[in-house]
Amino acid sequence: MLSIRNLEVSYGDYQVIRGVSMEVYVGEIVALLGPNGAGKSTILNSISGLQSAQAGVIEFDGVHIESMPSHKIVRLRLAHILERRRVFPYLTVYQNLWLGGYNPTVRDERKRNLERVYELFPKLRERETQLAHSMSGGEQQMLALGRGLMADPKLLMVDEPLLGLAPSVARHTIEVLKQINQKGVTILFIEQNVQTAMSLAHRGYVLESGKVVIEGTSSELLNSGEIKRVFLGG
Amino acid sequence: MTREIIIQALISGLLMGFIYALVAAGLSLIFGLMEIVNFAHGEFMMLSMYTTFWLYTLFGLDPLLSIPICIVLLFVIGVVTHYGIIRHILDAPMLVQITATFGLAIFLRSLAQFLWSADYQVIDDPIVSGRIEIWGIYLGLPQVVASAGCLLAFGFLYYFVNRTETGIALQATAQDREAAGLMGIQTNRMFALGWGIGASCVGVAGALISSYYMVFPDVGIIFALLAYVTVAMGGFGSLIGALIAGIAIGLIEAAGAILVSPAFKYGIIFLCYLAVVLLRPKGLFGRF
Repeated sequence: MLSIRNLEVSYGDYQVIRGVSMEVYVGEIVALLGPNGAGKSTILNSISGLQSAQAGVIEFDGVHIESMPSHKIVRLRLAHILERRRVFPYLTVYQNLWLGGYNPTVRDERKRNLERVYELFPKLRERETQLAHSMSGGEQQMLALGRGLMADPKLLMVDEPLLGLAPSVARHTIEVLKQINQKGVTILFIEQNVQTAMSLAHRGYVLESGKVVIEGTSSELLNSGEIKRVFLGG
Repeated sequence: MTREIIIQALISGLLMGFIYALVAAGLSLIFGLMEIVNFAHGEFMMLSMYTTFWLYTLFGLDPLLSIPICIVLLFVIGVVTHYGIIRHILDAPMLVQITATFGLAIFLRSLAQFLWSADYQVIDDPIVSGRIEIWGIYLGLPQVVASAGCLLAFGFLYYFVNRTETGIALQATAQDREAAGLMGIQTNRMFALGWGIGASCVGVAGALISSYYMVFPDVGIIFALLAYVTVAMGGFGSLIGALIAGIAIGLIEAAGAILVSPAFKYGIIFLCYLAVVLLRPKGLFGRF
């Protein structure tokens, strides 16, 4: 479904992604792991068109998207939920969700998609008229996920969905992501904690200094000695 | 000093406040959207006033009728400014952004002086003229019409920004450019739209006040200066803040002129402005 080959990204003179290749297949949940500054967010940003790549190919559903602007990529049903939720703080919950269905591909299906989101997150319906910034972190994460789902994505990319959440809320979020996946949405997500990530993902890629250093299924990664070196050093 | 004079002055101030509010709303919209101050805002207003003046002088078109023309023309000027200049300096250092719009202001002012001379021009016989009397208070009809028109335009702007889908998308772009792009919003188009609408605000205000205000190349300076104060006082990016602060400034100006001295009216405005920014730096309704 998503295929990245030899991706290279630089910020000015500094190369942050040095030839990354990865695959995400239909129906999977794939984790992108690695220490801070490894380039995880940069990869997601390059896929969704927020960051332009210097070299490499990104193919989604058979379409080359490496030089497409972000407002066109979302039309292909690829949604990206940014780190720290990034809901529109001074718009209401309803307005946030409605904008999630702004792109022309899903514009006509907004009402149906909104009902689906409300089924998944009943709390958002209760909070419809509340301004997004006045909600708790967990609620904002629900809103960010709901807003992403309004684009009726085939692939949902989530950057650190559990960041800053209380343990119980984080567990709930993991369950919600599993539910979303069971409904047929492929998921690619970023997470710092290997144990947590592997409880959700089928497969994972471990990134270090802009390169993929380990890849494998969840159990392979959990038993890998290499992963300790990446995260703990030495 | 009689009560009538004070009431009359305050009502005139209130009327002036609606005009300041619309001019400031245009400036605030652009700033809220992309954090760029349009230093050519007053010059845009000057262009609208000259357009009105020439349509009247050459074709006998009344200032009221040139409002729609000025809205469209200024919208186009705003959009062209975005695509021609602003788009290229979006991520440039602040000094570059300031110099760019400030340079545009000087260019437009000089151009006006070159083309139409520095002389003061007046529209001598507009349809709306004379004065009206309400409960013993006399008001110039052009002033009343201009203020009502500006308030109406402000109402339209407020409705557009808060109740239409494009308006909501505009707000989303202002609040988070990247997230808006991920929703499928073409943020560059939103910026152009913001410039178009922001310039149209002074298009309306300029056309309306032309029927009683003199037209000359530097006419925009004081309006823009007051608009910066209004926006800073009301809070950057807030339309309601622009309305409240615009009215406040109109009232302070009028009160200062009769209670202290007309020569000090702007000084008093700037004193009040200093007080607001010292006590509440983000302005009355600001988020930044």
